[in-house]
Amino acid sequence: MKLSEQWLREWVNPAATVTEIAMKLNLAGLEAEAEALSSDLPQGVVVAKIIAAVQHPQAERLRVCEVNVGSGQTLSIVCGAANARPGILVPAALPGACLPGGKDIGRANLRGVDSAGMLCSASELGLAEKSEGLLELDSDAKPGTPIEQHLGLNDQLLNLDLTPNRGDCLSIAGLARELAAIYDLQQTAPVMRPAVVSGYEQIDVVVEDAQACPHYTGRVITKINPKARTPDWMRERLRRSGIRTIHPVVDITNYVMLELGQPLHAFDRTSLRGAIRIRRAKAGEKLTLLNEQVAELSPQDLLIADNSGPLVLAGVMGGTTSGVTTATTSIFLESACFDPATIAGAGRRHKLLSDSRYRNERGVDPALQRKALDRATTLIGDLCGGDAGPITEVGRAPAYAATVQLRLSQVTRLLGHEIPAREIPKLLARLRIETQAESADTWRARVPSYRYDLRIEADLVEEIGRLYGYDRIPARAYAAQLPLNPVRETQRPANAIKDLLAARGFQEIVTYSFVDPRLQAQLDPESRGIMLDNPIAETMAVMRTSLWSGLVSTWQYNRQRQTARAKLFELGACFAPDGAGSRETIRIGGLVAGAALPEQWGEKSRPADFYDAKADVAAMLPASGAVFRFVAAAHPALHPGQSARILRGDTAIGWLGALHPRLTQTLDLGSAPILFELDWNALRDVRLPAPDAVPDLPHSRRDLALLVAEEISADMLLAAVREAAGPLLRSASVFDVYRGAGLAPGHKSIAMGLIFQDSSRTLSLDEIDAAVGEIAASISTKLGASVRSR
Amino acid sequence: MNIDFDALRREGLAQIEAASDAQSIEQLRIDWLGKKGRITELFKQMGTMTPNARRAFGEEINAVKDALAEALETRAAAFNEAELARRLASESIDVTLPGRGEGVGGLHPVTRTIRRIESIFNSMGFETVEGPEIEDDWHNFQALNIPESHPARAMQDTFYLLNGARLLRTHTSPVQIRTMQARKPPIRIICPGRVYRVDFDRTHSPMFHQVEGLYVAENVSLADLKYDLQKFLSLFFERDAEAMFRPSYFPFVEPGADVHMKWGDRWLELLGCGVVHPNVLAAVGIDPERYSGYAFGMGAERLAMLRYGVDDLRLFFNNDLRFLEQFR
Repeated sequence: MKLSEQWLREWVNPAATVTEIAMKLNLAGLEAEAEALSSDLPQGVVVAKIIAAVQHPQAERLRVCEVNVGSGQTLSIVCGAANARPGILVPAALPGACLPGGKDIGRANLRGVDSAGMLCSASELGLAEKSEGLLELDSDAKPGTPIEQHLGLNDQLLNLDLTPNRGDCLSIAGLARELAAIYDLQQTAPVMRPAVVSGYEQIDVVVEDAQACPHYTGRVITKINPKARTPDWMRERLRRSGIRTIHPVVDITNYVMLELGQPLHAFDRTSLRGAIRIRRAKAGEKLTLLNEQVAELSPQDLLIADNSGPLVLAGVMGGTTSGVTTATTSIFLESACFDPATIAGAGRRHKLLSDSRYRNERGVDPALQRKALDRATTLIGDLCGGDAGPITEVGRAPAYAATVQLRLSQVTRLLGHEIPAREIPKLLARLRIETQAESADTWRARVPSYRYDLRIEADLVEEIGRLYGYDRIPARAYAAQLPLNPVRETQRPANAIKDLLAARGFQEIVTYSFVDPRLQAQLDPESRGIMLDNPIAETMAVMRTSLWSGLVSTWQYNRQRQTARAKLFELGACFAPDGAGSRETIRIGGLVAGAALPEQWGEKSRPADFYDAKADVAAMLPASGAVFRFVAAAHPALHPGQSARILRGDTAIGWLGALHPRLTQTLDLGSAPILFELDWNALRDVRLPAPDAVPDLPHSRRDLALLVAEEISADMLLAAVREAAGPLLRSASVFDVYRGAGLAPGHKSIAMGLIFQDSSRTLSLDEIDAAVGEIAASISTKLGASVRSR
Repeated sequence: MNIDFDALRREGLAQIEAASDAQSIEQLRIDWLGKKGRITELFKQMGTMTPNARRAFGEEINAVKDALAEALETRAAAFNEAELARRLASESIDVTLPGRGEGVGGLHPVTRTIRRIESIFNSMGFETVEGPEIEDDWHNFQALNIPESHPARAMQDTFYLLNGARLLRTHTSPVQIRTMQARKPPIRIICPGRVYRVDFDRTHSPMFHQVEGLYVAENVSLADLKYDLQKFLSLFFERDAEAMFRPSYFPFVEPGADVHMKWGDRWLELLGCGVVHPNVLAAVGIDPERYSGYAFGMGAERLAMLRYGVDDLRLFFNNDLRFLEQFR
């Protein structure tokens, strides 16, 4: 909301610049900024009256105007505006004038006719973005008056961005009241004459829902002059607040709204049928609003209606059928107080923004309706004439918004600073909060009707702190009552795994939790995602069920930017529906694409494969006592022969595999990246280390090359070896896998190193030979493996 | 027997001097000092001598032997040294070539910033607590003193889930609510995490990260809040941060404030905070007459942008490796 400084100073006039006022407001919790009216004001422009306008002899679209520019001086100015006609007053830029944008005006000759300057439109003066024709001024404006004087352009703006609790400051009067409190000043509010009641007509008003509309006032005004014109001073004030001039009556309602904070509504009297009813809408009712939107109404909506049906969505927006028009000569003027929650609900349901909603949903002073109605009536009388009827009033304004007990002890406790008891009533009085002492340090405080935001003791504490000044409350050094926070050694922090992956060459990424449903359907077709009701884009419409969408898109993005290799990971929540609710699982996912190692001179380049990524995954598996296994399994997004389900005990906790070649092609990824994803919770628990004593005895190593059929996995072989070897085998590991020449087709040779050791003595060769023999016999029976060499 | 020991020594030394490599030195050692070497042979003659002659002869021959042995050793060492130098020269490598193997990766700047914030608050006795990102209306709004029709809801434009009233949390405050429900004061926590608001431009992202803090105990006040946040800002920015507390409004605190920090010649709004609203304490079953608390919230991206001089919020979520890699 922007307000004119000049206008504000009519109501309160602190000895401070508008910039200083803005700063003071900020420090009191009202965000404000001083703003120039325009960066560029016209110079040398005066009010001029067109005396005659004749056709230009050479140009069809030009006219030659004789204008009076004051002090008996008449000039001849050529003008192309369609509305240039005798009798109107317009701005004239005289030779030597300078218009916004640096346009200098001199004498000119236009197609053979001399022109002593230029008649101006609003946009040429920098008063509007766009305008048509000359800016017509008040008919009683004095020719020769500098335009900045006539329009009061020597002004600045106060731009306010108020928090929703301070609806009471959304007007000149409200802001002036607040400034008076902040500066501890007396207000200089202009005198407002009571409206003269000269008419007699009244319309019945029935309020069916007094909770939603606690106070309603209205009156009929007849015999309004439909030719009346909104005067320049009012047009300017409205313009400075960003409100367009529409119709004198509408302009006056807007003016009073800016001035006092009361939204008003004017109905064309002749369009009304029977009594005005303030009622809830019936299901199925519709209302075409001023913005052409057809609102489908529900019983939660509050209406202003008559016998013909809904007229206005109460407090939010009027309908098309009952508004004032250029032909209107009698009106019904409404000034009402509505329940903020009701208005906010309607505004949100119908997605309507209006100045009226903005104020009503924040709460309009319930004591303001009659005053605003009278103010508007007086202005209409002054500008449009007419006979005002008596006020019809339903409901009653409460005297106070709340009565609150205030204890000095609470002020001290919540601010952490002692403000003397005698100061408290003084500070509150500046805000027109009346206090009555109950004891030396307890008061009953009565909050004025317009302060919807002051309901409890803590609210008053803030007011006291605010006026006293937060900057005057000293910071209080550390007196914390510290809870002792647990440090769990058996739970790895997520940071540990992130550091581990980063040390292994992975870059962490952070991607949106909502992803493209189409990509997710490709990468995780078997999961059902949770859709957003109001996504920001179609490609951000579903909550991720897997981290792979983000990883794959990020790889795609970087690949398109000439990145040949990437190792990426993300740790974050994935979401799945769970009955009516949802389930969130923190996962850690990764993508490995391109060469196994960064391009380098010392190693031959080869594409990263399953086993490169498996080493990274294995590095994340915690020493927890649990057994982790990789089991060949099919995943719809992975290569069927290069994918493994990861198990912790018997629980599936994740996947590792190469992206399916079909998807690799569809997503244009070149070669297939390796993807992995694991439940973070399954990796979190670690065991408290409980190491065994280290036997200081030599171990013996035996290497075995075993010939097995292709379908025998390394895990199967190792398991069988361990089982047959008994307790003397300390470890067994595969150090070579060979396929090809010299082997039977469908077979492979797996070479493993076996380490034998006993904890108490050195093993004899015979013992070890016996163990190896045992192993050979056992795997031959169980797996059909034969020993190629030992 | 007359032997010219001097001539013998000179001959031997001359031969050793003339040797051209380690091999010829070895040959000379065999020729002179070996089992059948000339000196060894001379020693054998001593058996037939009288004791006096033997002593004299022995002294002479031993002196020659020692001189030759020493010369042989010196020469051999020199040849070995030269040989080693030759080998080392042939084995030298280009140490400027890069090392083999994998490089290092890095953390996302937001992670890095949150860690920094966390470590500061952890050191101030705050425990890190996390919670769900999909929330219900009660935890995200109502328990925080933001009823259904409250205009403050428009301050945080909310993503709702299809089918049902659930939503993506607009702040991490629900974690505070859940913690206060589960624990008794004193509570001193920070809640980092992802939050979501319907807003998308250069300075707004539909998803961003917040770190909120909460301290509930007896007699917690605005003055405590001022101290802790001032300290935090100074520690985070590693300088004496000049902070200004301006009254502001958030439904869940009263009194409420915005914290602005002097940044060059401007004041930047950095975070929101205040004394926990009694309605919030009451909603989670904490007696507001006995306990009070403060709460604050800050955007991790905002702090990251200031700390690292990043001017476009979108850079954090494009995940362009050329950007991310600069945070290693």
